Amino acid sequence: MDNKIAAVTMRNITKRFGPTLANDKVWLNIYRGEILALLGENGSGKTTLMNMLSGIYFPDEGEIAIDGKPVVIRSPKDAFAFGIGMIHQHFKLVDVLTATENIILGLEGKLDLKAAAKKIREICDTYGFEVDPDQKIYDMSVSQKQTVEIVKVLYRGADILILDEPTAVLTPQETDKLFAVLRNMRDAGKAIVIITHKMHEVESLSDRVAVLRHGQFIGDMPTKSTNAQEMTNMMVGHPVVLNIDRPEPLDPMPRIEVKNLTVRDVEGTVKLDDVSFTANSGEILGIAGISGSGQKELLEAIAGLQPVEKGSIEYIHDDGRREQLLGKDPFAIQEMGVALSFVPEDRLGMGLVGNMDLGNNMMLRSYRKGKSPFTNRKAPYKLAHQMVDFLEISTPSVETPVRRLSGGNVQKVLVGREIANAPSVLLTAYAVRGLDINSSYLIYDTINSQKMRGVAVLYVGEDLDVLLELCDRILVLCGGKVSGIVPGRGAKKRDVGMMMTKLGGKDDE
Amino acid sequence: MNKTNKTPLFHVAKRGALPWYKAWAIRGAALLLALVLCGVITSLVTGEDPIAVYGAIWKGSFGTPRKIWVLLQNIAMLLCVSLAVTPAFRMRCWNLGAEGQALIGGLACAACMITLPGKLPNWAIIVCMIVASLLAGAVWAGIPAFFKARYNTNETLFTLMMNYVATQLVAFFCVVWESPKGSGTIGIINQKTEIGWLPQFPSQKYLLNVLIVAVLCVLVYIYLNYSKHGYEIAVVGESERTARYVGIKVEKVIVRTMLLSGAICGLAGLLLVGSTNHTLTPTIVDGRGFTAVMVSWLAKFNPIWMILTSFLLVFLGRGAGEIATKFGLNRSFGDILTGIILFCIIGSEFFINYEIKFTRGAGKEG
Amino acid sequence: MFDFVSFIPRAVVQGIPLLLGSTGETITEKSGNLNLGIPGIMYVGGISGVIGSFYYEAGKTAQDMNTALTILIPLGCCLLGSFLMGLLYCFLTVTLRANQNVTGLALTTFGVGFGNFFGGSLIKLSGSSLPSIIMTNTSNVFRRTLPFADKMGVFGKLFLNYGFLAYAAVVIALAAAYVLGHTRTGLHLRAVGESPTTADAAGINVTRYKYVATCVGAMIAGLGGLYYVMDYACGVWTNDAFGDRGWLAIALVIFTIWRPNVGVLASFLFGGLYILHMYIPSGMNLAVKELYKMAPYVVTIIVLVITSMRNKRENQPPASLGLPYFREER
Repeated sequence: MDNKIAAVTMRNITKRFGPTLANDKVWLNIYRGEILALLGENGSGKTTLMNMLSGIYFPDEGEIAIDGKPVVIRSPKDAFAFGIGMIHQHFKLVDVLTATENIILGLEGKLDLKAAAKKIREICDTYGFEVDPDQKIYDMSVSQKQTVEIVKVLYRGADILILDEPTAVLTPQETDKLFAVLRNMRDAGKAIVIITHKMHEVESLSDRVAVLRHGQFIGDMPTKSTNAQEMTNMMVGHPVVLNIDRPEPLDPMPRIEVKNLTVRDVEGTVKLDDVSFTANSGEILGIAGISGSGQKELLEAIAGLQPVEKGSIEYIHDDGRREQLLGKDPFAIQEMGVALSFVPEDRLGMGLVGNMDLGNNMMLRSYRKGKSPFTNRKAPYKLAHQMVDFLEISTPSVETPVRRLSGGNVQKVLVGREIANAPSVLLTAYAVRGLDINSSYLIYDTINSQKMRGVAVLYVGEDLDVLLELCDRILVLCGGKVSGIVPGRGAKKRDVGMMMTKLGGKDDE
Repeated sequence: MNKTNKTPLFHVAKRGALPWYKAWAIRGAALLLALVLCGVITSLVTGEDPIAVYGAIWKGSFGTPRKIWVLLQNIAMLLCVSLAVTPAFRMRCWNLGAEGQALIGGLACAACMITLPGKLPNWAIIVCMIVASLLAGAVWAGIPAFFKARYNTNETLFTLMMNYVATQLVAFFCVVWESPKGSGTIGIINQKTEIGWLPQFPSQKYLLNVLIVAVLCVLVYIYLNYSKHGYEIAVVGESERTARYVGIKVEKVIVRTMLLSGAICGLAGLLLVGSTNHTLTPTIVDGRGFTAVMVSWLAKFNPIWMILTSFLLVFLGRGAGEIATKFGLNRSFGDILTGIILFCIIGSEFFINYEIKFTRGAGKEG
Repeated sequence: MFDFVSFIPRAVVQGIPLLLGSTGETITEKSGNLNLGIPGIMYVGGISGVIGSFYYEAGKTAQDMNTALTILIPLGCCLLGSFLMGLLYCFLTVTLRANQNVTGLALTTFGVGFGNFFGGSLIKLSGSSLPSIIMTNTSNVFRRTLPFADKMGVFGKLFLNYGFLAYAAVVIALAAAYVLGHTRTGLHLRAVGESPTTADAAGINVTRYKYVATCVGAMIAGLGGLYYVMDYACGVWTNDAFGDRGWLAIALVIFTIWRPNVGVLASFLFGGLYILHMYIPSGMNLAVKELYKMAPYVVTIIVLVITSMRNKRENQPPASLGLPYFREER
């Protein structure tokens, strides 16, 4: 196979975003009639690399060749001209239009929906898609929408297809169907790249696997000649020594008991499936899992923001009284005397108001205090000043809108406000995402001090090294199910990594 | 690849913070440009020199004590309606129905003035007028608010339509209560008895209105900036998700705020009918419901700045009216000038929110 | 017995300005622009046509006038005037990304003022000696019906008895419906109004579509103003006579749930509702007639509420209606 001319050759590709190096001298070949799995952890530069093929980004250095000829790809239109089509994670479809109308959107020439529909049916028949050309997008499930996106790319004549984490939104059955279609396309001679971090997908689908880590190309090999263990090693690399404090939990008592929790999203996809666990006071319960495994839904369900299909979430008071949190909104939970703090993933879209200043954002949790119809403005501004000093928030003043602050400082404002509430339960999602080392350690210290206060902390994280060093116990989610709960002390990174990709983490081969 | 890729000469980017004085300098410059433009256009139309035109504008508003009072009265009424729409706007709820809400308030007021004399003492009638006007305005705004909160019905279009329902309702009652018979208009209500007329200061007919609106302005300012309700309004307007995250009931806030908005419109109707005109016509609100949208928006929804912007619009309107009278032109000339000034200021917001970055050097990748 | 033979033609002539206005506004809204300046634009369209024909007709007798010019001059002026208004709206809302509601209302203030100002001052400004603006000759040309209309009895009265602009209005509405529903341009336009981000990603020039749709929409709406003065009002301009028809046109857009072809019949229905009060048997309370005038608005509100309650996706306003589009804000 070495004599084949690569459909795409990427040589020495480097891409920087400001100071961060997203891709560092990456070499990659893509062949026709082959499915390549591009494997790597979150933030390892997989999507960035592929976006340079599809014309979204332009590489800072390096060159791209198609069928051996060097080319310049400046826009998605250029990419189409070279037969490259990418299916992004976020679909670009107009809801009120039909599949056909979406597929031909932006093309030139006379509008002939019948002819277009016929061509779409042909494409579907060739590869085994199921698309009703006349169905409206809003009537479609996520997997149908994804199919439309794929057909859209094929309709434009693409024979090099890139799919960015296509299975993140699919059920296992839908995934199987998609894989069958992808195999058909491979057999028809198309080059296919799927970006993924799920080991079993690599094993069951791909012919070849290429691994990226921290923006660097680690290696590639035929899938047959490797195994999950080796790929995990390449993907994760050697554990980094972080030296995060982990004091022993003080007198842990059950605080939150979740039983048989099942959650579906608006589209009806199961996001959490029969999840049960207990979070203890004075303990950090880490929640690990590939992004989109139900972490967001779990925290939002506890915080009273997520409708739940069935199950129960009980809060256990110090005196042993139990109270049901389900069916209550955040205000009702607060009224019950449950001090529940939540640091959500979407800081400016949910946790804070970007256009308001620090003081006003501090007020979000506390403004209801007191009987007066007026807000107490002194206290939150005083709190804001304290936070600025205590968490070393760098801001021109407490009257600056938080949207103007850097990501780390925004997070400090949010975390600061949430712990100022003297919580008994603290939910955090990706608390250190986008933060520099110093800010991250400040956040770890803050979370640890909350733990020592007897707070039950739920820490959703993406960096396994941190989870292993910070948390007392780690709950691993996999596809909305509890894959296992392991003690943080002594857990092996590889074991947790395996649990994230396979239920129970057992290698069933 | 022989494709030539043109690098655009400039691109537009969102600005970070602009110090407030710079922002106001830009607005001031836009206003100045608008005034020059207005002067030039007026000179072209009338053939007078621009200085005389500006002089006439000034005289139209400040020429005599009476004119000053009329100016104040007009500012007060426009400001009152603008104050009414502002809470809704802060919530990003486009209440374009102030015209109808004020009209319905006026209708309720007139209804009390016409039907109650003889049945209740004067003070009780006035109390009824106040309650009825505020309530009527609130109901008129509450209907679209309910559907907005419950079904997410487009409030812009709904409130807009409600204006004309109100207009026709008033037209209906104008005929029902017509006086003298056959005129189709109501005439001055209770002209002899002055029942239901809000008290007047002996020398100054309009002072009461001005005072009420001044107090209202301060109240709305405090409500929006210092009360818990005002805070909730701001949070809902900025981000519904954040509002839900802290447990604010978004639907409740929408309905409550629109009810308040409508009630203040009702107050404007009360003042127009019960205090200023003592009559009711379908055009008594005189487009203020729409002008208020611009007053409020130009002032960035800040009640104190709105004093300035409503002054500006009324001043120009009356000034242009003076020009029209002096040079024998149609009074609608004022609307043209108002339009030009609005366009200039609306356009200037772009330069406050965005900046144009010129690309230096060619051949950079886009 | 209700006199349908005289009612229907009057409903139709009432409906035509609304039809033109709503067709224009529908096209505009399909691009995501909520142009509340339509009432102003219709005034400008009307008065621009009046100004053009006023200067052309001044001092001429009917024999002196060239039929083609008599039509083309006001028509051209009307289109130019309303085009400029549309352009101004686009410049402010699309290029400068100003708030659409505020811009639209300012445009209406300006447009109505413009119409009334020139309507009231044209004679003085032109130094002419006429007592008022009456363009009988021009109007006669605009009102010219098919010569055999009178001989066709009831059929002629109902279907053939209108000036050419009335037929043009119907043709424009049907053409607009066709373009929106069955051409690539229409498809792209709908995509722009629904989701400019998606349209942009598909390589559609969002700015150009918004500009063209809004300006074309403004020109069509402007014709509504022209029809009103030249045909309906027999060439007599009276200030404020056009009234709130512009807002009624916007109501009609909602009533027809953004479908210009439905607008043809709906506009006649609205026109009928607008004049229904004149046909109520006499002897009834005069006041009730005012309530009848409320009907178009009430019906529109009911349609608005029902569509939002049923929440059927095809019947909703374009998803990005009223929102500015800025690519870097994705």
